[in-house]
Amino acid sequence: MTLRRNLFSYGVAIPFAIVLAFPFVWMFVTSLKPEAQVYDPTKVWNFDPTLASYGFLFHHTDYVRWLENSAFVGVLVVLITLVIALPAGYALARLSGRVGRSMGVGIFLTYLVPPTLLFLPLSRVVAQYLHLSDRLWALVVVYPSFTVPFAIWLLMGFFKTIPQELEDAALVDGCTRLGSLVRIVFPISIPGILTVVIFTFSLVINEFVYAITFISSSANRTLPVGVPTDLIRGDLFNWPGIMGAILIPSIPLALIYNAFLNRFIAGFTGGAFR
Amino acid sequence: MATAVAARGSRRHRLRYVAERRSVLATLLISPAVLFITALVGIPLALAVYLAFTNARAGSLTGKWVGLANFRTAWNDPIFRGSLWHTAEMTFISQAVVVVCAGLIAHALVHRFHGRWFLRFLILLPWAAPISLTVIGFLWFYDPQASIWNWFLIKLHLVSPLNKPNWLGTPHAAMASIITVQAWRTIPFATVIFLAGISSIPQEVNDASAIDGATGLKKFWYVSLPLQLPIALVAVLFGIIFTATDMVVPYILTNGGPFNSTQMITTWAFTTGINSGNIGEGAAISLFLLPVLAFVAVGMLVFARKAEVT
Repeated sequence: MTLRRNLFSYGVAIPFAIVLAFPFVWMFVTSLKPEAQVYDPTKVWNFDPTLASYGFLFHHTDYVRWLENSAFVGVLVVLITLVIALPAGYALARLSGRVGRSMGVGIFLTYLVPPTLLFLPLSRVVAQYLHLSDRLWALVVVYPSFTVPFAIWLLMGFFKTIPQELEDAALVDGCTRLGSLVRIVFPISIPGILTVVIFTFSLVINEFVYAITFISSSANRTLPVGVPTDLIRGDLFNWPGIMGAILIPSIPLALIYNAFLNRFIAGFTGGAFR
Repeated sequence: MATAVAARGSRRHRLRYVAERRSVLATLLISPAVLFITALVGIPLALAVYLAFTNARAGSLTGKWVGLANFRTAWNDPIFRGSLWHTAEMTFISQAVVVVCAGLIAHALVHRFHGRWFLRFLILLPWAAPISLTVIGFLWFYDPQASIWNWFLIKLHLVSPLNKPNWLGTPHAAMASIITVQAWRTIPFATVIFLAGISSIPQEVNDASAIDGATGLKKFWYVSLPLQLPIALVAVLFGIIFTATDMVVPYILTNGGPFNSTQMITTWAFTTGINSGNIGEGAAISLFLLPVLAFVAVGMLVFARKAEVT
């Protein structure tokens, strides 16, 4: 029975893993090719590997700048998100009863409102009212609009897994509600909070629509927009460099996702998963 | 009891105990989030609806009220009508593929086996990697001259080297390429949701079915499948909303071409609103995403509760 189950697991997981990951293998291979051999049909798999493209990426493009910009926006947005979402997630998970449930669902639904619907009015607001055109601060202000609902939703799930008895014990011992929140609940939910931090950060790294709408100059671009717009100049594609640019953030992100996957699932299902 | 003490205490003490009341504390904790979301989601949404009824152009947030003119222009435009159809085609075909594949993979990954961590890492890659970057990777994957996909097809003698398909430059092939990329990047996410659903089935159910003799395919059909249906539907709904409202994949792969054969609601709204500067029309076009949003929202309300997601 276990043999049959394992056969099924390997038989399904391995082909799918190959199909899903193969584009990345090809990206890696391409990133090691010298530019002259990229289009050479005789040198598809047997070429002279070189790290020149990575050198080009770091020394002759704004790539490092884009990495910095994304990191800057990411860290600030994560902080803002935590400040707003942690209390709200806790309140919705614990204190609110039926009104809280509807509000929780409402907030969950705002996460579904797509940026492709809001980017036009927001572009005008950012340009005319906030005067933040072409500034990273525009992203810092706007990104929490989708990271906060997502974070609240995940955090609600995490907080529900913390037994109410712990807080009740603290209250009996004389702690205030706010105090029990800060001293008992938050420390225990650190793994959950860390998971929210990671997935929020990745939401920021992934965001494209607002970034391309609000930011126009190359030096101010974030990573997901800089690579498509600036590494591709007209007809000149430096494919090895581009492939390297893709792999550098992707592999670490996938490793981190994999490490935190079980916790993400736990928050997602609000504790139904044990 | 806390309020009784407060009534007797000084003013300063009373203030401290106010925060003890559940309703006050709850409101305090939730209001920043509500204010923020109203400001950054609610108001722009209302603005988008308002703009759609004006002739606003780039450089201004207001314009003359033109009623339904933008909607009429859009509806009479064959490119726009095409974009509606393309969006639906892309969404439904890719998500059908996703559901089947994700269901299979999730069942394969549920139990521990040697190498599961590594295989899971490989399977997560398409979702973990930033989407705009992976789509560029597919630009190279489908390159007219050096496509590795064509290389495989030629090696397998499915395609002649003299007649290499141009995956991004021919109308139907371009659509197929976009659908493939959408499915490829969504499968890991759907798998994760399915995994959550499978893991939430209590062990007692498995034990009971084993005792009653239901195993393998029978158990899957009569026991596991019905229990997983709510979360499977949640996965499908997520997939629909994220694919239908996605701009990155079609914009970078084909930018609506060739000959507007892969124009989607999102890319057409972007082209009209930002590139042509016609904000009113762009907003009107993007509003056609609202029915999709409403459909998914209702679906979520019904099924997410059952699947214990919210």
